[in-house]
Amino acid sequence: MHSFGYRLNGLLTFSVTILAIMCAIASLSDNLNSRSPSAEIQVMNINWFQKQPQANDEVSLTMNISADLQSLFTWNTKQLFIFVAAEYDTPKNSLNQVSLWDAIIPAKVHAKFWIHTSNKYRFVDQGKYLRGKKFNLTLHWHVMPKTGKMFADKIVLTGYSFPEEYR
Amino acid sequence: MDWQGQKLAEQIMQIMLLVSAVISFVAGYVLGSFQMMMIIYAGGVTLTALITVPNWPFFNRHPLNWLDPIEAEKHPKPQVAGSSKKKGSKK
Repeated sequence: MHSFGYRLNGLLTFSVTILAIMCAIASLSDNLNSRSPSAEIQVMNINWFQKQPQANDEVSLTMNISADLQSLFTWNTKQLFIFVAAEYDTPKNSLNQVSLWDAIIPAKVHAKFWIHTSNKYRFVDQGKYLRGKKFNLTLHWHVMPKTGKMFADKIVLTGYSFPEEYR
Repeated sequence: MDWQGQKLAEQIMQIMLLVSAVISFVAGYVLGSFQMMMIIYAGGVTLTALITVPNWPFFNRHPLNWLDPIEAEKHPKPQVAGSSKKKGSKK
């Protein structure tokens, strides 16, 4: 503390260190949040279900996705990244996860929503195994914080299946 | 600043920064607003900087007693640019 510059340097360093500690505590405070999300996905229609020439199965479907993810937001949440994935197993791969649709929810008010949409990304199998296959639709979310640790979790919805024949 | 003033400035700085950190965190948590926390903390840091960094007079209440110039003239420094071992002796 012997000169102006010395004191200024000390103050800035100390204040930034304290800021880092405050951000760490803010991130830890996210653990105090009790979460109760809910979601439902209905497959309204299988639009078409084809085999690509010489290659793999492809399907296009229309879904009605509704969810209430408001309890996932805290004061330290910047946005919520959600995506819907179809999960199934085949003789070739023990677990396949195909991402069908995603969205970014920037604020708590937008977290209770429903949307009627076809799959944003193409649903192509690695192989020709989709006929008559049962699959799960899983809604994943990533809670992206303003500072600190990101949480990710999901809801698994079961009971969907493909038609037996191409159409 | 004098020695006492330096110690006082350092103490004030540390305490004010910690207090503004606590106040801003609690305010941000209660209001549910990260932005409020940052704004209040930035205000606290600026206030601390204004109080502790410049050379205010109240930091100089115990000034040091430097030697009078007369005393220094009795023991002039050697002009030769060689060894300068000659030191003044204090009374």
